[in-house]
Amino acid sequence: MAAINLLVAIGAIVIGLPLVLTLYLSLFDEKFITYPPRGYTLSWYPAIIPNFGGPLLVSGELAGLAVVASLLLGVPAAIGLYRHRSRLSSAIAALLLAPITFPDIALSLAIYVFLVLIEQLTTLEFVGFTGLVLAHVLITTPWVVRLCLASLANHDSAAEEAAASLGARPITVIRRVTLPAMRAGIVAAALFAFIVSFDNLAMALFLAAPGVTTLPVAILEYLEYHIDPLVAAVAVAQMLIIGAALLVLDRFVRIAQVVR
Amino acid sequence: MSEAASLVLDRVSRRFGDLAAVAEMSLTIPPGELVVLLGPSGCGKTTTLRMIAGFLQPTEGDIRLDGRSILPLPAHRREMGIVFQSYALFPHLSVARNVAFGLEMRRMPKSDIAAQTAEMLRLVKLHDLAARLPRELSGGQQQRVALARALAIHPRLLLLDEPLSNLDAALRAEMAREIRLLQRDRGITTVMVTHDQAEAMALADRLVVMRDGRVQQSGRQEDLYERPANPFVASFIGGSNLLAGRLDADRLVLAEGAAIALAGHYSAGGPASLAVRPESIHLAWPEASARIGGEVELCTYLGATIEHIVRLDAGSSVVVRGPGLGPGATSRHHPGTRVALHWSAAEERLFDAADAPVAAVVASETIQGEKACTD
Repeated sequence: MAAINLLVAIGAIVIGLPLVLTLYLSLFDEKFITYPPRGYTLSWYPAIIPNFGGPLLVSGELAGLAVVASLLLGVPAAIGLYRHRSRLSSAIAALLLAPITFPDIALSLAIYVFLVLIEQLTTLEFVGFTGLVLAHVLITTPWVVRLCLASLANHDSAAEEAAASLGARPITVIRRVTLPAMRAGIVAAALFAFIVSFDNLAMALFLAAPGVTTLPVAILEYLEYHIDPLVAAVAVAQMLIIGAALLVLDRFVRIAQVVR
Repeated sequence: MSEAASLVLDRVSRRFGDLAAVAEMSLTIPPGELVVLLGPSGCGKTTTLRMIAGFLQPTEGDIRLDGRSILPLPAHRREMGIVFQSYALFPHLSVARNVAFGLEMRRMPKSDIAAQTAEMLRLVKLHDLAARLPRELSGGQQQRVALARALAIHPRLLLLDEPLSNLDAALRAEMAREIRLLQRDRGITTVMVTHDQAEAMALADRLVVMRDGRVQQSGRQEDLYERPANPFVASFIGGSNLLAGRLDADRLVLAEGAAIALAGHYSAGGPASLAVRPESIHLAWPEASARIGGEVELCTYLGATIEHIVRLDAGSSVVVRGPGLGPGATSRHHPGTRVALHWSAAEERLFDAADAPVAAVVASETIQGEKACTD
């Protein structure tokens, strides 16, 4: 019992310490990070908006679009895969999950080369925000499919047949029975998709065009010239945004139940 | 209330690849009748129910409701009330909303839906639990919600898929009674599917015994129990001892060499099998006039009945069951005791090599047989 408690304590420290240290650093009243600091200040936080406001907006917009698009793709895909189980559908399920297993940086290079090729063949422009959205949908959709399928694992398909026998047309069955059964999975999927997209650096390294800088790229660029507590403040702000989203969503669904 | 409908299955088959799950099944159900499709798992009974419901299309044949083919209709336009084995309640909707679902699909006025839902819930005695979620109810209560939900739409046909198999024994009998009364009250034509012959006997107007996708026999309880059409029905309905051998006038020579002195006389010969119910056999002390002799292997006192397992001289074992109480109570024989087995001509069924019943020419030994077993 004592050993388990010790392990739990070590786990908590390993996970919690970086967060606490980041929070601590963001309060340093120093131009360069030195220890011990001269004093403490909250002034780094107001500096976030002028320095990172644009990228924050770009990342938020990008993640929002990626969430919506991957839900529109992933939820119907999960329903289809759940209903028609065959060798083909397991192959499709594996294919849909493939982007997760691919190294991000290699994937983004491939997408970049592909999009440039497309741009040469057509007159359309993809590299930039459009390309970023498409690339992010590619890496968020597997999460959506996975989580939605998981939420259907314990679903009794007889409920859908019952609804049909009571007079519900196929589309009504999905709206009134299938989607409500997937509710927890869809919420968790939206959250995961948002975090995966908001956090992603590799895609933006290749696909960002001038004027389209995401938050991770902006942080990286900033770090090339400055090592000051502002970056820590941005990190804390990002944690707070995602943490708030988690709290709000947890009120609707017990996320732990879905992810298991 | 909607008029009760008649259902006709006209040589309906369903193939999955090379496998015929249901083969050439024909069945006519008059309005208001409760028919039970009965058989072991994989016999095609559930496939048949799913074809009637519209979840599966037959590969051949026709299904008609009141004389009109329903095959072109998708499931949601067939107006059938279905109670599923898992109940299949909508977990996110309250009891009342579950029952109201079918009425909402019919775009009834809100006040009518509320009134009809309340009436259905009173019918199944759940009006106090209208606001609960399904997971807050017991198995029996969920079953009632499923029944109310199916009946609320005034279906043309009620389909019950193993409705009692998830309930414990005490609740099962009560629920069976309730289903039977509701069904009779509303005069609704009903098809039920089960693998449990006791459940089937308790609920059915008529039973259809199926095996390997084919109807083995169809009829009332008495028909199946007293006049089984083949050895499978004889053993599936009520249970029978089946003994295979070669028929030789009034003897059945068993594979192991010993012979059974049959109660009836038969003109036919050749391979045959004999079916005798456990409660038809009487045990006595060894004597020359016995049908066959044997040795008691096991004697079990079950309260209302006493059960003996007897190893015949021919090698195979039979089950013998007799009343445990009252004037006709069976005497108990200890394991190892030699006994004589008796039964009357009316209680033995002989089937030929094609599993068709073999009729006795004369059956005059009944009296002698009865006498022997009371000694």
